[in-house]
Amino acid sequence: MRQFDTELKELREGIMAMAGVAEEMIELTIQALAEPSPAKAEQVNHLDRRMDEWELRLDQQCIDLLALRNPAASDLRRIASSLKIIPELERIGDHCCNIARRVGMVHPPILAGNDLERLGTETRGMVRRAVDAFVSNDAALAHAVILSDDSVDALYGKIYRDLLRIMLADPLCIERASHLILVIKNWERIADEATNIAEEVLFILEGHSAKHPYLHGDSVE
Amino acid sequence: MLIPTVPETKPIKLSVRDMAFSYGQKKILDGLSMDIHAERVTAIIGPSGCGKSTFLKCFNRIHEVSTDVKVSGDMQIDGVDIYRGGIDVVDLRRRVGMVFQKPNPFPKSIYENVAFGPRLFGVQDRTTLDGIVEDALRKAALWEEVKDRLKESATGMSGGQQQRLCIARALAVNPEVLLMDEPCSALDPIATAKIEDLIGELKESLTIVIVTHNMQQAARVSDYTAFFWLGKLVEMDLTERIFTTPRVQMTEDYITGRFG
Repeated sequence: MRQFDTELKELREGIMAMAGVAEEMIELTIQALAEPSPAKAEQVNHLDRRMDEWELRLDQQCIDLLALRNPAASDLRRIASSLKIIPELERIGDHCCNIARRVGMVHPPILAGNDLERLGTETRGMVRRAVDAFVSNDAALAHAVILSDDSVDALYGKIYRDLLRIMLADPLCIERASHLILVIKNWERIADEATNIAEEVLFILEGHSAKHPYLHGDSVE
Repeated sequence: MLIPTVPETKPIKLSVRDMAFSYGQKKILDGLSMDIHAERVTAIIGPSGCGKSTFLKCFNRIHEVSTDVKVSGDMQIDGVDIYRGGIDVVDLRRRVGMVFQKPNPFPKSIYENVAFGPRLFGVQDRTTLDGIVEDALRKAALWEEVKDRLKESATGMSGGQQQRLCIARALAVNPEVLLMDEPCSALDPIATAKIEDLIGELKESLTIVIVTHNMQQAARVSDYTAFFWLGKLVEMDLTERIFTTPRVQMTEDYITGRFG
């Protein structure tokens, strides 16, 4: 294998490892919220440092590859997109921390049903599939991730409206509901980040941007 | 063959249709068709022996110094077939100048190198010649470096200066097309950067076709890139497309260094 291919493989494996930490943080966050478990929330916080370390390391790897290897075509697209995927993963970690920080502030539960848990698991599924699409070069899977963002957005909207109703009905719930609004907003942002990753995967594989489809066909000039 | 899909505002300067070239029994180029636009830089890339330099030489017929050569198909400049009977080859080579891999100044003074072409075409008046020499040296970004030593021998210049002198020599006869066959392969990075900057300036009034082995150079200087393989054109497109999203796997493999 060429040295350059080895370096590209290392970058790819690094991103997979970073994504693995992100998925672990999401899983712990879901559990910390549901149980509730301050210990797991603390673990989330602890893992965030590893995300930051990965970000610095992988960013540098990308810059080195750009500087030293003059990549072109799909190699160039993969490295350019990696430079965008890495901060998306890092922000997923940050959002998990934001949620984990509120674990102690949202209990006892005020939401009926399992919507909150579903929001977490659906978001987790999107992140997993986006990462799988990256790892297995699966454009169809990336497209599916982008489509599933609507379902997470709808669920976010529903919970948000429920929380408004709860606050109107019982002022004693306002504090917990306010924290919950931030919690669901953070889940919704993680789903957006999964969407962004999927869009980058499509750019790598198909060579054109999947972002802002409403602009496609229009001349930039 | 794939041709660019983007609308081009500049007219077609050089047009090639179903062109083939052989040395004796050996076919070097086959089935080539492409359009080269005026005031654009077109880079030809491809592995050694793919026919890039041969293709370049066909545009001013300097391959005709070799015997046992056969060219077929159609090659036009401004819509006129350059191989039809009655074409003045000397005038063709004035219109289509060439710069080679290694700088090849004449063993004469700097001034005489540049004045050589205009003299050949009948310019005798000293003041006119002085003006042409200065103008060509300025266009080649060499004037400031050599204006006080025009009588010195060109062979005493650095490699990069010699190459710019060869460009000035080509420019002195007011060409419309400049063919460059790996013009920087013998130069250091600073001299290379000067030539590349120069290419950017010259294309405002010239059509430039450059053969290069240096993929980054093709990416830096050209508007269009054509990838040749085994005497055929595999893909031609806007340079940024070739280097970000080539349409043919073979092009992708070549520019990412995975060829063969």
